[in-house]
Amino acid sequence: MGKRSAWALPYFIFLVLFVVLPLVLIGVYALTDADGRFTLANMGAFFTDPKIINSFLVSLEVALENTVICILVGYPVAYILADKSLNRSAVTAVLFILPMWINALMRTMATAEIFNVLGIGLGKGTLLFGMAYDYLPFMIYPIYNILDKMDKSYAEAAQDLGASPVKVFLKVTLPLSLPGVASGVMMVFMPTVSTFAVSEILTNNTIMLFGSVIQEQFNNLMWNQGAALSFIMLIIIGVTTLIPGNKNSETVEGGATV
Amino acid sequence: MKTGGRIVAKAYLWLILIVIYAPIAFIAVFSFTEAKSLGNWTGFTFNLYHSLFTGATSNSEALLVALKNTVVIALVASLISTVLGTLAAIGIYNLSGRKKKTIQFLNNIPMLNPDIITGVSLFLLFVFLHITKGYTTIILAHVTFCTPYVVLNVLPKLTQMNPNIYEAALDLGATPMQALRKVLVPLLRPGMISGFILAFTMSLDDFAVTYFTAGSSGIDTLSTFIYSDVRKGGLTPELKPMMTLIFLLVLVVLLVVNLRSFRKQKQLEI
Amino acid sequence: MAKETHIINIDHVSKSFGDKKVLDDISLYINKGEFITFLGPSGCGKTTLLRLIAGFLSPDEGVITLEGKDISPLPPHKRPLNTVFQRYALFPHLDVYDNIAFGLKLQKLPTEDINKRVKKVLKLVSMSDYEDRDVNSLSGGQQQRIAIARAIVNQPKVLLLDEPLSALDLKMRKDMQIELKEMHRKLGITFIYVTHDQEEALTLSDTIVVMNEGKIQQIGTPVDIYNEPVNCFVADFIGESNILKGRMMRDRRVAFIKHEFDCVDEGFGEDVPVDVVVRPEDIYFTTDPAKCQFTAKVNSCIFKGVHYEMWVDTDTGYELMIQDYDPYEVGSEVMLYIDPDDIQVMKKERTANTYAAKVIGEGKVEFLDTEFECDTAGFAEGDEAVATIRFEKVELLDYEEEADLTGNVVFILYMGNHYHLTVKTECGENIWVDTNDIWDKGDFVGIKIHPQSLQLSKPTE
Repeated sequence: MGKRSAWALPYFIFLVLFVVLPLVLIGVYALTDADGRFTLANMGAFFTDPKIINSFLVSLEVALENTVICILVGYPVAYILADKSLNRSAVTAVLFILPMWINALMRTMATAEIFNVLGIGLGKGTLLFGMAYDYLPFMIYPIYNILDKMDKSYAEAAQDLGASPVKVFLKVTLPLSLPGVASGVMMVFMPTVSTFAVSEILTNNTIMLFGSVIQEQFNNLMWNQGAALSFIMLIIIGVTTLIPGNKNSETVEGGATV
Repeated sequence: MKTGGRIVAKAYLWLILIVIYAPIAFIAVFSFTEAKSLGNWTGFTFNLYHSLFTGATSNSEALLVALKNTVVIALVASLISTVLGTLAAIGIYNLSGRKKKTIQFLNNIPMLNPDIITGVSLFLLFVFLHITKGYTTIILAHVTFCTPYVVLNVLPKLTQMNPNIYEAALDLGATPMQALRKVLVPLLRPGMISGFILAFTMSLDDFAVTYFTAGSSGIDTLSTFIYSDVRKGGLTPELKPMMTLIFLLVLVVLLVVNLRSFRKQKQLEI
Repeated sequence: MAKETHIINIDHVSKSFGDKKVLDDISLYINKGEFITFLGPSGCGKTTLLRLIAGFLSPDEGVITLEGKDISPLPPHKRPLNTVFQRYALFPHLDVYDNIAFGLKLQKLPTEDINKRVKKVLKLVSMSDYEDRDVNSLSGGQQQRIAIARAIVNQPKVLLLDEPLSALDLKMRKDMQIELKEMHRKLGITFIYVTHDQEEALTLSDTIVVMNEGKIQQIGTPVDIYNEPVNCFVADFIGESNILKGRMMRDRRVAFIKHEFDCVDEGFGEDVPVDVVVRPEDIYFTTDPAKCQFTAKVNSCIFKGVHYEMWVDTDTGYELMIQDYDPYEVGSEVMLYIDPDDIQVMKKERTANTYAAKVIGEGKVEFLDTEFECDTAGFAEGDEAVATIRFEKVELLDYEEEADLTGNVVFILYMGNHYHLTVKTECGENIWVDTNDIWDKGDFVGIKIHPQSLQLSKPTE
């Protein structure tokens, strides 16, 4: 028994080396200057450089809108897919992940080109459409998983107790599926904030998301400044995922088994 | 459910599917014309398919190299992830208390982190350790974000398993290695396969992490190839037939696999 | 008996998981070819003992020998023992044939030999023609047979069975019991069987080892254990019984339920407190006033299939359980007697709670990690003493505010007119309590000991 627990050791070492140490390095680079001396200047730039803070606020706004769109569009899809009376075949569910096998940048290019052909100008609207298009599967799957595994007798019990179909959904199904929504939000919100490339294509470089700012700084060899912005994102992720308690570790699991 | 509701539900599903597949259909349609820009129809031709396979233009040659890189990196990374992740899952299953919580928490980090954070952090690691960027760094980076998915796919198989199975093998005279090979691995195989497929998909689709860990090594995957195309202001035309073919291949494989498992299920029900 | 050799010797074996001692200095031997059962409630250490023998665990202290050789250095796969697991643990990816052939293939036997042996063992468990079946498609009983076949095909010297029938329904369990007994006879190898089901143990075993809280309570044949339990735990655990406080007046004469009876026990001394066990089927009804030893009123009468189970209130205020083939009307007065042979007298394990205590000041002592007030006349601060509290003087509370210490009820014995409880305190010591209040096993209780109930005495050297 004792011996088999040691099999986790190589992965533990790997995690320390390739996950923990790199994250620590982000902090180290964020708080030092090019010569390795301690400084708060990089972090300060976030609050003082209007270009950076603006792009951060825009990113939050886009991410929030994208998340809401993904929930509104994705929840019904997940619900229909999971309902055996509406959808009998597992193949339909597979059709929703299939596009992920086509390169995301390529799909984005094609989307932008369709807008071009239709004569729709690239901007905020097209950005939101493209983002929702990219992240929809990440919202559908955690919700689908939890709805699919949900014990049908909960809903039946509610019906038995006199709840109308609408009430059954609002009082039973929806609350029980919230963990799936939560992990969907986790897989959509932060990645949207940090997107780059996709936003460049979809807005013709008119809207710069936070990810693009970070990427630009690394491109310009401003590693410490880039690290500082990454560090700020990391702190936000840490705060949002750790504060709700260890419940998240479970919802993430549910979401990851696509 | 009333038929009216059912029709609305079906219509909704199909509408979303049509929107999702529109860009792919768009690519497929325009793979049969020669024009450089995507939405420009200049007559039906197989020329792009032809030049894709013959590597007639310098761009299409680089594209084929990028495709090969993408597949090789995805294969190697997901294979390593599968072995590392399966061993880790068995280890985690046998751990308890704080040690188990810690390693499960660490395992979640790469999944919670946006790609750019993973990319930037590994970029800094390789800079810090003075490791020259290249295949090794890209593969290590891919293993980092792929392995958690393998762990999460194998772990449930372990918890569903009869806890005495491994001991039963030892009891019947198997050495620990034999018990692993003859009993544990076959039982974990479904989890390992779905973990592998997920890892492979993640690796294929990745852009940000590759972007930061390839550095100036000149190694391109499809993602980075397309990105530099975009920056240059136009797609390599041969991408269109390539994407069309990849999509068809994946579609056929997935349909065959799903129909087979579907049929198996039916047989079991009978 | 003399010709038989011991196949397994367990010598002063102890095992702890963390702070919890699961096995405490276990010693026993197992005869070659016998069917021995480790019997006890869950958590008594029986499965741990089995796993020590199989090699899945190693003892903290002590030695286990197989045919005279210490087997502790041998990993499980090198031990000539095989196990039938609680939930079968069949390999779901292999069919019936490959499950059974698993061990033989590892030994690299020729295919014909494997074939022959698999066929033979399948016949033995009456599962011929099932070779190609998927194990998941088999019923619980069939899976059980395959699990047994998979173990015995390797011709182990000892077969270990860990509650093998617990997942089956009652009818199936009864059938399998008969088959197991038959299999044991045919194979002639040693069976070590673990169960919490006393009826199963009585039916199957040559020898029963009754265990509780990591200790062996009694070892004996089913008949010995049923008829002559050595303590209240065994008497209560095996079968139904009336357990009562008694007093040995002299040899062959015992008093309980405020009556005196002839018995067959000797050597306890005169006027000594004892515990008495009378099985419910050993109390007889009579209409002959000459035979009548005491009278009682029938309180309840329930048909149990073969017999009737009745509770009666004796003329002296005790409640007794009686089993008889004939029912007696509730409310009727009946005359009863007990044969001297059917009275089992047991030495009392203890007559009061006693603890090593320390006087920590004027009127204050400490034991059970707790400070108590009491009369310390004759003792100085720092003196060692023995604190004695009579069972009925311990007060149990269902709130902890006023309690001196807290604990959990771990064992309940009905003694005819009161309950005798074992309460495990937070520090792991037991307090025994006589009470008329009804508590449930597992209840969390406050324990109060009044100063006047506590007697101090000098420790005996």
